[in-house]
Amino acid sequence: MMEQPNLSYIQGVSCGDKTFEHKLIGIIKNEFPIEKQVYIANITCLNYKLSADIVHKLKHKISILGLVKSYEIAICYEHNLLEKSIEGREDFESILQRITEFLETI
Amino acid sequence: MNSIIIDDEATARAIIGQLCSNVPSLNVLGEFPNAMQAIKYLNSNEVDLIFLDIHMPDFTGFDFIDTIKNPPKIILTTSDPNFAIQAFGYDCIVDYLVKPITPERFQKAIKKAEVIKSVAVPKVDSSKVETSSGSDLYVNIDRRLIKIDIPSIYLVEAKGDYIYVKTENKNYTVHSTLKKIEDRLPDSLFLKIHRSFIINIDKIIDIEDNSVLIKKDVIPVSRSNRPELIKRLNLL
Repeated sequence: MMEQPNLSYIQGVSCGDKTFEHKLIGIIKNEFPIEKQVYIANITCLNYKLSADIVHKLKHKISILGLVKSYEIAICYEHNLLEKSIEGREDFESILQRITEFLETI
Repeated sequence: MNSIIIDDEATARAIIGQLCSNVPSLNVLGEFPNAMQAIKYLNSNEVDLIFLDIHMPDFTGFDFIDTIKNPPKIILTTSDPNFAIQAFGYDCIVDYLVKPITPERFQKAIKKAEVIKSVAVPKVDSSKVETSSGSDLYVNIDRRLIKIDIPSIYLVEAKGDYIYVKTENKNYTVHSTLKKIEDRLPDSLFLKIHRSFIINIDKIIDIEDNSVLIKKDVIPVSRSNRPELIKRLNLL
């Protein structure tokens, strides 16, 4: 079964500070769709370097949302993009979709 | 300790800010989304500690450190563990935190920063590849800057934390990265044909399937780099 996004890391950092949790989730909800759009725009025209740059940013959010295996996939994909290969694209985009759906529920 | 946070991601700034708020000895004076804004701030304010992201557009964390005079203590924050060796070249860097940063690891870094009292200017990074004129490249080997004539280089190979630079007359082992030397070599002459190899196109003897013969070395060409290599050849 595929791992699912969760708030474990955020709760670990917050030490029970709900205000911070809401603030951080708000930032992620705001930043993630923008970064996802930037990624899609760059990968669509196969701009490898800019795609790798935005994957680098997105992978931090992947790790914040507790997706350990997905984080490894993102690391490999970023590396592949820097080598001008799109190997791993499908897996990475499936991670983005899972996060998109998760963010709609919180 | 008065501190500032430099990171282009709002998410990262918020997390570091929260981690700082749990440390009574830390006082966060400001958060900056890029190095340039932080430099402006530092021109008129003194801080004891900087949380600095490495991977930022236009101006990296290392560019930032190289720019400021007498840098305060710096804790690097990054998603990429591959810069650790480069970080050790700077006396001002007290720790290196890989994202996502856990509260426990953060506390450890703060303790280190509190213990380290003396902070020096950055020493010369032993891995640094310097350039002077357009045709020379200076490499730092055992504290000596050795001049290499760029057109004489026919092959650069990445070997762990080192690069192996082969020239017509001599070979050099330099503590650096392929990326760093790639940035210093002219695109018109050099091409990365594999994640571990950069070649001088003028020195190619022949190409067979997925390998290139250059001098006596047979170098693999990765599938993704092959189209660019073919494009650069004067094919009949």
